Amino acid sequence: MSVTTEQVEGRVIETLASFGPDVSQITRDATFEELDIDSLDLVELAQVVEDDYGVILKGEDMKELKKVGDAIDLIVSRAE
Amino acid sequence: MPEPGGRPAGCALVTGASRGIGAAIAKSLAADGWPVAVNYRSDGDGAAGVVAEIEQAGGSAVALAADVAGPDAADGLLAGAEAHFGVPVLALVNNAGISADNLISMISDDEWQSVLDTNLTGAFRLTRRALKSMMRARFGRIVNISSVVGLRANPGQANYAAAKAGLIAMTRTVTVEVARRGITANTVAPGWIDTDMTAGVESGLSVNIPARRPGTPEEVAACVSFLASDAAGYVNGAVLTVDGGLAA
Repeated sequence: MSVTTEQVEGRVIETLASFGPDVSQITRDATFEELDIDSLDLVELAQVVEDDYGVILKGEDMKELKKVGDAIDLIVSRAE
Repeated sequence: MPEPGGRPAGCALVTGASRGIGAAIAKSLAADGWPVAVNYRSDGDGAAGVVAEIEQAGGSAVALAADVAGPDAADGLLAGAEAHFGVPVLALVNNAGISADNLISMISDDEWQSVLDTNLTGAFRLTRRALKSMMRARFGRIVNISSVVGLRANPGQANYAAAKAGLIAMTRTVTVEVARRGITANTVAPGWIDTDMTAGVESGLSVNIPARRPGTPEEVAACVSFLASDAAGYVNGAVLTVDGGLAA
């Protein structure tokens, strides 16, 4: 499936915002720690990504993610 | 069908529900308003009978065949239930269980592994799969059927006890991981319940039960119904013994 970075960015921000942080805080450089996004939130993000883009993110993938931009770039690269 | 208590639309899946405790749980949840997927491994007639009883009582049910010990059973069962009812599985009851009793010195590798595969690994895979939709729904009820032998030793059941104790520990872990998503995970630990599985058990054992009688599948089902209800939303990680006082 081919998706644009903008599409993924929009979906990731929307999903992360549903976990609590204000949309204005969710930038590419924001860390999950700063946003108070925990491991369970990232599991749920992975499920959204799998449902929407067919991209399967495993536990070891998620552990490497520190910033919002890391997640967006990983998802886009896997979706190509 | 409107959802009682305002919970999101969902269905229930009960494994090992063609007879005994599982059948009673399926019927009880259906009476509570849950559309119920009645899983069975080999007793298709039994499962069809449970579905017929539920439908005659005005409920909604479907029989789904699968051996929960199989690696693909969880995906198949969840997808089957969701396709039939058109709503996610928001109540999961891991009830399917087998026993292969023997003194530990005589338990074969196969007897050990098969009991663990069905009673514990099957529940793990189903829980992992069901949590996906429960997390999205911000609501879920997981009830795992353990046993008093998971709490208190019974000679001849090392494999069964290990699986049932493992189920308790897994359930508690699920609780602390996902409670903040509106999901509860609890264990029901029946004692000696009058079913086909205990038909060969010596009746004289009842002198060890403070209540002096075996329990009924319906008495276990009533506890599961409570734990699956909205009223039990703050009951999480509990082990509810239903044993006439045996483990007290």
